[in-house]
Amino acid sequence: MSKNKKMVWNVSLIVALLVLLFVLEQIMPSGSMLFTVLKKGAIYALVAVSMNLLNGFTGLFSLGQAGFMLLGAYTYAILTIPAQSRGSVYQYYDGGIIHFAIPAPLALIAGGLIAAAFAFLIGLPVLRLKSDYLAIATLGFAEIIRAVFQWDKLGPLTNGSNLLRSFPTFQSVLYPFIVSGICIALIVMLINSTYGRAFKAIRDDEIAAEAMGINLAHHKRLAFVISSFFAGISGGLLAMYQTTIQASMFKSAMTYEILLIVVIGGIGSVTGSCISSFLFIACSEWWLRFLDNENFYIGSFHVPLLRAGFRKVVFSIVIMAMVLFYRQGIMGTKEFSVEALQGFFKKLLRRKGVKEAGDAHE
Amino acid sequence: MNNERNESNTVLRLENLTMQFGGVIAVDNVSLEVGKGEILSLIGPNGAGKTTAFNMVTGVYAPTNGAIYYKGEKIIQNTPQGKMKKLYQGKNAELYAGKHVIAPTPDKITKLGIARTFQNIRLFKSQTVFENILIAKHMLRTSNLFTATFRLNAREEAQMRRESEELLKIMELEDVRDELATSLPYGKQRHLEIARALATKPELLLLDEPAAGMNPQETLELTQFIARIRDEFGLTIFMIEHHMDLVMEISDRIHVLDFGESIAEGKPDEVRNNPRVIEAYLGGAQDE
Repeated sequence: MSKNKKMVWNVSLIVALLVLLFVLEQIMPSGSMLFTVLKKGAIYALVAVSMNLLNGFTGLFSLGQAGFMLLGAYTYAILTIPAQSRGSVYQYYDGGIIHFAIPAPLALIAGGLIAAAFAFLIGLPVLRLKSDYLAIATLGFAEIIRAVFQWDKLGPLTNGSNLLRSFPTFQSVLYPFIVSGICIALIVMLINSTYGRAFKAIRDDEIAAEAMGINLAHHKRLAFVISSFFAGISGGLLAMYQTTIQASMFKSAMTYEILLIVVIGGIGSVTGSCISSFLFIACSEWWLRFLDNENFYIGSFHVPLLRAGFRKVVFSIVIMAMVLFYRQGIMGTKEFSVEALQGFFKKLLRRKGVKEAGDAHE
Repeated sequence: MNNERNESNTVLRLENLTMQFGGVIAVDNVSLEVGKGEILSLIGPNGAGKTTAFNMVTGVYAPTNGAIYYKGEKIIQNTPQGKMKKLYQGKNAELYAGKHVIAPTPDKITKLGIARTFQNIRLFKSQTVFENILIAKHMLRTSNLFTATFRLNAREEAQMRRESEELLKIMELEDVRDELATSLPYGKQRHLEIARALATKPELLLLDEPAAGMNPQETLELTQFIARIRDEFGLTIFMIEHHMDLVMEISDRIHVLDFGESIAEGKPDEVRNNPRVIEAYLGGAQDE
């Protein structure tokens, strides 16, 4: 398939998806669980792809994602709360120290930039570390950031450990899809550029990459800062989705969820991260909900064992099974493409054709 | 070849180079020169310090003492400092004292025009043959992050790809272009590693045991291959090798190390008959 044709296919697929979402939104009740999953899934897809850029494509095992999301979410919230609401939000801190608000898109980008700036600073010492040590250091950073944001002395800025609320949010499911879509497209373009190739070289063999003239410190820092930038934006989106935020939300458990999405989707596959993010959110928020319901009947049969929290047991088992049977994740390092799908169907048809021919022969 | 080389004709010059790890002197006061267009082989028994010498030239280790010049320009220099000041047991401890420490990282050395291969092949495992070469072109980019992401460097990108294709053709690797680098047979992987080093457009090529693990047939092919790329790319080659037939066949000069010290240097025939070299390789005759 030629490059242009591929482009046309991809663009038309994306447009079709957006139209489908738009139509769904018109015909389905807005409280539907589907929209919750789609919104949260799109946000998690972005942060998972950003983590994949670092862990999967550059080979830097970092666990700081929740920290950078927190920075993005707080920056977004602090900059967009309307001046008239600040008095009630910052009621313990005399309305806070910021008395202006900027438009939401700008605030999202500002959130990304703040996360990127922090990433740059902590990257200076931390990126000298390798593998597990880097993971521990970045995890520590995320925890410290969370603690610092709850600090009473920073209250006029962060509202201490109280909620931030009243900032602009989104209604339509299209909003997170479009923002995440643009960001993921940027990441994909980066991965396919000469810089992306350099990142993959560093992942494959640092010593050889350096001997090929790739400046390790510079490229690792680039990957780290870019990944954090997009984590920051997804943090802003998460704030919009949740309508209120609090630093205590951004626990390391959140980073593990994202890591799980990346691993399930396939380390080194962008589309894998996207697909698994929706599956993950759907499982944890929607499809397995019935397991928490003690009074669940099939016909007149009362299903045993079910009680609050049972969902998590089943979910853990599902994940264990995933990891056991799909060791490479859903996609491995492959990418979903129209071409691959066509090939898959062709193969399926051919097999069926061969079978039918075989049957006819008998 | 003329033995009287002047500075302008010297590509690489190692000067009083010493590397000491803790109390062990791996390379002891080695000085040598590689002239333009020359193939210089560095040989010696196991543990003689050959790879350490290479690693100092390529910036993997900073030498404990000594300096390295590339095309007349000082690119690496160090003197014992800190703890090493007391520990240092090598020679010329005061020669570089008080001078500027120059210790560039390996990527800077490669950017100067010194490319290398590795003793144990280090290809980019998850990448195809073509991509392995294309990655080496990253170094020569003029684009920045922004222009590369938004494909404003389309012309440069196309040129990178074209040059990589040409290199594949010259290296006779075009038929395996889209195969994973690690799926190639061993000999081809060696070729690819050399091709990848050439993609950075070096003037000086450092080969660390290019024939390691090869059978005599493959070694013979490699001998011709190295001679061919030297002429075709106008290279200067500095290599470590154990296969004596390869070394004797293509080297212009040979430098011999033993226990970190230079024990001989000269044309293949001179080195072959040098009693110290024979002693280093076969053990002292008086012990028997």
